[in-house]
Amino acid sequence: MRTPLFLLIWLGIAAAVFGLAVASGNDYVFFAGYVVLQYVVLSTAWNILGGYCGYVNFGSAAFFALGAYSTVAIYKFITENDFYRIPMPVLILIGGAVSGLVGFGMGYLTLRLRGAFFAIATLALAVVLQTLIVNWDYVGGSRGAYIVRPEEIAPFGNYIRYLFLIMLLLAVAAITIARLIERSRLGYGFATIRDDELASEASGVPTLKLKLIATTISGALMGMAGAPFPYYIGYLQPSSTFGLDYAVNSIAMPLIGGTTSWIGPLVGALLLGSLQQIATVTISSAVNLLIVGCLLVGFVIVAPNGIVGLVHKYFQRKPDEFVGRRRVETDSPETVP
Amino acid sequence: MSEALLEIENLSKRFGGFVALDSISLSIPAGERLGLIGPNGSGKSTLVNCICGTLHNEQGGVRFDGKKLDGLDAHRRTHLGLARSFQLPRPFASMNLADNIRIPLLYTLGARGTHLSKQAVEERCATLLHEVGLEAKSRHLPRDLTQVEMRKLELARAMAAEPKLLIADEAMAGLTHSEVEDILTLLVRLNDNGVTVILIEHIMSAVMSFSRRLVVLVSGKKIADGKPDEVMCDPEVERAYLGQ
Amino acid sequence: MIFSFDLLINAIVSGILIGGFYAAVTSGVSLSFGILDIVNIAHPAFIILGSYIAYIANATFGIDPILAAIIATPLFYVLGTAIYQVYYVSFEKRGQESLRGLAFFFGLLFITEVTLVLYFGVDYRYVDARYIGPTLHVGMIDVPLRIFVPFLVSLLMIAVLQLILTRSFIGRAIMAVAQDQLALRLMGVDPVRIKRIAFGISIATASLAGAFLIIIQPVEPSVGREYIGRVFAICVLGGMGSLPGTVIAAMLLGIVESLTATFYGPSWAPAVSFGFLLLTLAVRPAGLLGR
Repeated sequence: MRTPLFLLIWLGIAAAVFGLAVASGNDYVFFAGYVVLQYVVLSTAWNILGGYCGYVNFGSAAFFALGAYSTVAIYKFITENDFYRIPMPVLILIGGAVSGLVGFGMGYLTLRLRGAFFAIATLALAVVLQTLIVNWDYVGGSRGAYIVRPEEIAPFGNYIRYLFLIMLLLAVAAITIARLIERSRLGYGFATIRDDELASEASGVPTLKLKLIATTISGALMGMAGAPFPYYIGYLQPSSTFGLDYAVNSIAMPLIGGTTSWIGPLVGALLLGSLQQIATVTISSAVNLLIVGCLLVGFVIVAPNGIVGLVHKYFQRKPDEFVGRRRVETDSPETVP
Repeated sequence: MSEALLEIENLSKRFGGFVALDSISLSIPAGERLGLIGPNGSGKSTLVNCICGTLHNEQGGVRFDGKKLDGLDAHRRTHLGLARSFQLPRPFASMNLADNIRIPLLYTLGARGTHLSKQAVEERCATLLHEVGLEAKSRHLPRDLTQVEMRKLELARAMAAEPKLLIADEAMAGLTHSEVEDILTLLVRLNDNGVTVILIEHIMSAVMSFSRRLVVLVSGKKIADGKPDEVMCDPEVERAYLGQ
Repeated sequence: MIFSFDLLINAIVSGILIGGFYAAVTSGVSLSFGILDIVNIAHPAFIILGSYIAYIANATFGIDPILAAIIATPLFYVLGTAIYQVYYVSFEKRGQESLRGLAFFFGLLFITEVTLVLYFGVDYRYVDARYIGPTLHVGMIDVPLRIFVPFLVSLLMIAVLQLILTRSFIGRAIMAVAQDQLALRLMGVDPVRIKRIAFGISIATASLAGAFLIIIQPVEPSVGREYIGRVFAICVLGGMGSLPGTVIAAMLLGIVESLTATFYGPSWAPAVSFGFLLLTLAVRPAGLLGR
């Protein structure tokens, strides 16, 4: 299926979803749905570096938070200087640019490291960024920052509906980008990096350049997901915005859904995200995280290819039927040097 | 006399206190069939890694096709026309054989400015797999391959990069006599088409029949370099390598 | 920022003492990551677990926390071997340890932390012992006993570990398994069994380290997160598996943290250890081919 058609179909689905949400007459649907969609973007973004390239990023929260805090900084600037309001899409682009730049920078510093060291370095970077923000009084520091959300916005009515729609469009954009990458020369290159970086280089793939592209795109998408967040939540605090909850979810959702294609993070985010929304309301948010943790560990042990992998296995494809473009997670032989 | 295709000058490499390569100098003209032999641990693979950029040598330099390779990343060296197969095959495990071949076509040929249409890429993949006798399994994953098929895939992938120089690192280890013949035929055909080949092997019959020139490496030093028959009669070679 | 010699000396001494404790915390990771190449990012969570066990024993039975931890050590050892077994069968054997192994430990970190929150809540817990409270005064230097005692026992624990690693058969087998598994097999020793024992020992250290932690400061479940950066920074800087190196690196980090907190304020403290880590990673040569 060509990309424009794919995009059209998903925009159609998005429109239908929005219509259903409006028809439900319950504004809570928008609040809960926003969070789930946010995770679709975050998981898809994480998967571009993690699933496609095989480089684990523990610092998703930092990129998300950077997007959120760039919005806060702009908001403060606008309110203090009586500047004219900057529309949300522009804020998103700015958030994306900031996070993308930081992603590039982080990649430049850390991508020469072996996989495990890279992962630990991302964690370190996230904490360093958090400390910097906590000590930056302009955006409120550890006290936090308040954003006044407009009550209404025409023609949507409640402002939350507008935010929901924005996130819906971002989610569609994210999966379209992921799918585009997957099917392009870039996607093949990413996969070779994951499979065997040494052989990849020997085959002529500029691995460092590709990894930098992956971190930049991944970071930018996460930043875009974070940019509207201050308007959603109203009160932004570094400890929760930089929380490990974002890190664990953006890793758990693709791993549970399936890491080799754009479908996995989507499935993982929709399922796990909805599950968490229900759990938070009915039980408690701590139990919610426990469920995520257990599912993550469980899936990673029992179903390494995620839900998508399980579905593939269920329909048991014979080797001859393998379509060229379908790629799978495999168990490498024990003697890989 | 044409300039050498590969020029190695006083190449040295240490790992901590251990000297893996001690001032290796070697000059390989285009079209050569070079055999590189030596006991295990003599530094053959280290040499290959230094030439190809997987490892960085501390001293000395490598020139390929007139260009200095020092400091260049491995993928750039591949773009310049250097290709190698790995001692232990390293296929891309998550993609089928055709896709494995596709990678050098997309990236190495692409970097040289050769932009092939999708159709052309498909055809080349098929041709290359046919040349190594793997076209029947083109849609299979590497895990479905036998040892010798993996070796052939390894070579096919190196060939896909249209190299000027191919280093075959122990491509025949553990194969039967007829399988060795298969690989040798491939390499001879490659050489006939103008590709310079460096064959690193332990299987002496293969080395002797293929090589027009033989280099012997022992404990990181080059101890012999010349015609195969002469080298094998060299007493130092006998002592150090064969006489054991 | 008032600079005084008194403050400086105390900051440095404090850093050294806390460094000794950091070394004990890191010793487990030196084993699992430095020697076995297993990225157990959940190690701090096990330390917190150790803290809570010491807390329960102390609050319920009035047992000295260090004593309680020593008693609990075999349990932690068994836990460690069990976790390694799962890790080995699920990931190491299949060659998947980079992505999925990491995710596995990350998940464990989470599960442990959240379970503790569910059970104990987020209140800070602390223990009671005779040496918590009094402070030694040596000239202008103040040495709080609640830091000094763990410091001493930490060094003792590390000395014992080092003896095990260098003198005992198991210890030398552990060092060997990191270097040449084939040779070990040829000697009739099962590398998997050795690694399992090693990982068990690694987790066992968490029991004592946890007791030290809760003696030094009050503990709540998320405290472990601060230690992830510290632990890996020290491990890498200390030479990946060298216990003496770990001690030196730990004290170095302790001193830098202490000076930062004293002269710049505690809100910058987390950045120090993680910044240290980044610096260490940037400086140490680590390429595609490994360490």
